[in-house]
Amino acid sequence: MPKTKSAKNNDKLIIFSDIEPFSGIKKAIQSGRRDVLETVRDSNLKGRGGAGFPTGVKWNLAAAATSEKKYVVCNADEGEPGTFKDRILITEHAKLFLEGMIIAGFAIGSDQGFIYLRGEYRSFLPILEKEISLLRKNNLLGKNILGKKGFNFDIELRLGVGAYVCGEETALIESLEGNRGEPRNRPPFPVNTGFNGNPTVINNVETFANIPHVITKGAEWFKSFGTDKSAGTKLLSISGDCKKPGVYEVPFGISVKEVLKLCAGQDAKAVQIGGASGVCVVKKDFNRKIAFEDLSTGGSVIIFGKRRKMLEVAGNFLEFFKEESCGQCTPCREGIPVLTEALSLLKNGECSKEYLKDIFSLAETMELASKCGLGQSSAKAFVSIINNFKDEYNLLKSDNKRKVFNG
Amino acid sequence: MDSKKPFGQDTSRAPVSQRTSRAVEQDDKVLGNLVKVVIDDMEIKVPLGTTLLEAARKLNIKIPTLCQHDDLCLAGVCRVCVVEVEGQRTLQASCSYPVFNPMKVWTYSPKVRRARRNIIQLLLRNHYGECYSCARNNNCELQSLAKEYGVTTYKFGHIDKSRYDKDQSSYSVERDMNKCVLCRRCVRTCIDLQEVGVLEAAHRGSSTKIETYQDRPLNEVVCINCGQCINRCPTGALKAKDPAQDVWDAIDDPTKHVIIQTAPSPRAAIGEAFGLPAGTSVTKKLNTALKRMGFDKVFDTNFTADLTIVEEGTELLLRLKKALVEKDKSVALPQFTSCSPGWVKFIEHFYPEKLNHVSSAKSPQQMFGAIVKTWYAKKHKIDAKNIVSVSLMPCSAKKFECERPEMNDSGFKDVDYALTTRELAGMIKECGIDLPKLPESDFDDPLGIGTGAALIFGATGGVMEAAIRTAYELVTGQEVPFDKLRIIPVRGMEGIRKAELPIKKAKDEWKFLEGATLKVMVGHGTANAKKIMDLLCEGKLSDYHFVEIMACPGGCLGGGGQPIPTSPEIREARAKAIYAEEESLSIRKSHENPIVKTIYKEFLTEGPCGHLSHKLLHTSYTPRGKWIGKLKKK
Repeated sequence: MPKTKSAKNNDKLIIFSDIEPFSGIKKAIQSGRRDVLETVRDSNLKGRGGAGFPTGVKWNLAAAATSEKKYVVCNADEGEPGTFKDRILITEHAKLFLEGMIIAGFAIGSDQGFIYLRGEYRSFLPILEKEISLLRKNNLLGKNILGKKGFNFDIELRLGVGAYVCGEETALIESLEGNRGEPRNRPPFPVNTGFNGNPTVINNVETFANIPHVITKGAEWFKSFGTDKSAGTKLLSISGDCKKPGVYEVPFGISVKEVLKLCAGQDAKAVQIGGASGVCVVKKDFNRKIAFEDLSTGGSVIIFGKRRKMLEVAGNFLEFFKEESCGQCTPCREGIPVLTEALSLLKNGECSKEYLKDIFSLAETMELASKCGLGQSSAKAFVSIINNFKDEYNLLKSDNKRKVFNG
Repeated sequence: MDSKKPFGQDTSRAPVSQRTSRAVEQDDKVLGNLVKVVIDDMEIKVPLGTTLLEAARKLNIKIPTLCQHDDLCLAGVCRVCVVEVEGQRTLQASCSYPVFNPMKVWTYSPKVRRARRNIIQLLLRNHYGECYSCARNNNCELQSLAKEYGVTTYKFGHIDKSRYDKDQSSYSVERDMNKCVLCRRCVRTCIDLQEVGVLEAAHRGSSTKIETYQDRPLNEVVCINCGQCINRCPTGALKAKDPAQDVWDAIDDPTKHVIIQTAPSPRAAIGEAFGLPAGTSVTKKLNTALKRMGFDKVFDTNFTADLTIVEEGTELLLRLKKALVEKDKSVALPQFTSCSPGWVKFIEHFYPEKLNHVSSAKSPQQMFGAIVKTWYAKKHKIDAKNIVSVSLMPCSAKKFECERPEMNDSGFKDVDYALTTRELAGMIKECGIDLPKLPESDFDDPLGIGTGAALIFGATGGVMEAAIRTAYELVTGQEVPFDKLRIIPVRGMEGIRKAELPIKKAKDEWKFLEGATLKVMVGHGTANAKKIMDLLCEGKLSDYHFVEIMACPGGCLGGGGQPIPTSPEIREARAKAIYAEEESLSIRKSHENPIVKTIYKEFLTEGPCGHLSHKLLHTSYTPRGKWIGKLKKK
């Protein structure tokens, strides 16, 4: 298992910085709900799962919703190819994100939390079960937490069964409810009608892990990291052709070049930022920054060295999506096989210029018209690889030999 | 429990995620607020939570749809109806996107047009089969989309081999998944509209397929044959089993005496297949067409509908007598109707322990079959084995019903073939007969007289109305106390309706009913049947006497064999036509049907529910339960 490594010579930034366990909850109880909501909002903390929705806005919406029952859900369905940063948080820093969940429960007025754990992480169940029972023992979960009357909160563990799409929050809720894991129509959003139709806050493990730090150390301290539009730090799961793969905490705004230096991967010809649903960045763009305003990512960084065949890489991602599409909406379900076929035409030098134009038009449709974020990003890696590595394939000049799928 | 809304608007049965009104359900304060939407530079104010599709329709803007259906909860899966909303990065499915603040929308911008064309191309890619060999040729929503949205070549390829075997195991419904475009209307119909739950999406990604439990054939699952999925399938993936060729063979065989009975609902709907507006009744023109086609006799199912009322009504009164006078606790009340074969199979599967509540009277179709091959054959000196008995029904479940092994009390198969409205329309067209322009003609003797009471069997509440007219008069000796015999409380399209009728004065024979109040309930669509059955199981129906249930929304006129498309408006129009036609008839009470009187005098001499009646006109049921056959090993 990769070891936790922080950037800049063991500089501890936010998540891995020192903190007294459960000081966040104590401070939250002391200062009250409104204060917590304000601090989270002022910190500009954005969702770390990749979409980057402002956490403060989400929490405030859920807090304002009038409903007897509200839920806090921790999205631990870490399924994006090439990401393993939540795994480190779960196995080594479980207290941190559990505390974040309790604070969320306090802030929005929920008494029930769920951890939706990726099926493949089944082996971490005992760790979490142990942590949760410790929390219960210490009255950090249960009734009247830390003596605060009426502050009730408990956490239930739920396992997924390996569907990538269940990382999408509405599909996750469907799965939690016991249905086939398929994304819902949005709006309305989970903050209004989530689990069993009740207001639900869903955040990534890493988002929750930031919360205790934000509460104890304040919004201003938090904002001193990162860029104007992307406050704080990001955990990156770095893998591929580099000498020092692992989980790194880096401040937002760091360039791809700097990331490569950290992990000793300077020989890279391309870096896939954001996993299968992300984009492929080529050498000339290595000055681009990891931040919501530039390269937004859930944390997956896959490095490709000089010898890698990029069409194979694209094919690999497409195979992944073909397997993992929920099959609900047309563009994603039917579009991915078309891209796969086009890729094999490209590999064999049988794809014409005109057909490639059709394929790019289809990719645009998939991005614009798919039902959920996963469908919308399923063509992204393909498009960026085909656009960036024109020297790795040849196009047919005429349309005569254009081959298309028939059967 | 009461379901006041028409089917399309009542999405309470749908999963939370698919309820159309979900956006506004959260905050009742803002319900009814008007929001300004600008669609293609036209402005309209709509109530908060209205979908963009509804708003566009109010402006007469046509947005293409495929997975959306007015009877069903929303899905937003086909993405054909995408539109561009100002400020949104992606396109939005207009069928499921609620208006929650003022917005600007474009329905045919370049982005939208490109996306739509690509999506339709994708839908066609795996749609196997040639249009000209398809039952839905010229009435296919996918075909229309392809035509209207610029498909000239298969840009992304087209499958040329069949991937799945057709499922022809059911007597009623055929499935060809090669033509399925995964819009999931059938799934939503089966799960949400009918609450039967036979069909569901299985597997993922490009392997997704609509399957039954364990992918079993339809005859091995709890399918009730209602055919509502057929009526809502946009393509030819679902169709009814078509016996047209067998019927032609019989007509062409000079040794066969081929009779056809026609039910009231197809007569109010078949015109739609010939371009007439919904709600045009063509009963007498249809008679002409059938005679020209070569049927030896054209009879009216209404005759046995009247017979059903007399038999079923008598059975009810006998049950009441047993319960109230003889204090027999084993009598099951309320009594449920048994005319709808979809409903019968529903209760056989889902509430088999309650089958004793169902009237033992056969449906009008089956009574007709039994009478034709006995009384009619004898009277006209025709060997019953040479009679081919055909029925025109609005229903796919009738096909299953006439194949039931218990339905051969005449000594032969009582009804040989049940044709749906769609199938007969095809046969008429094959003869080049232009139905709307035909002269009118009457039914043949002797089984050609039906009353108005029988005619309204076609609409939900009709059987109940007919039964009340007869039973009330039988008991009190007086006509029902309703203006023009219109028993309004049992009419309408609400899912479940209730009515009460006090019996102030009874004839001597029925003195025990004097002072009692007759309580009845009407439900249509098996989702509502389920609600009623759950009440029965909770013991909350003990003071009710008679319950009418029709498996299909709207009753028979919305049956699974009726012309496609269907919608709340179309069903209302058909109902209107039926009620209008009934008021034009001179006899409007079943017991006054002269042929019914004759048959009890000449043939069923022991009277209603007598020995011969029981043999020919009554039946028994099979408690099927939810498990059929053995578990399939994977």
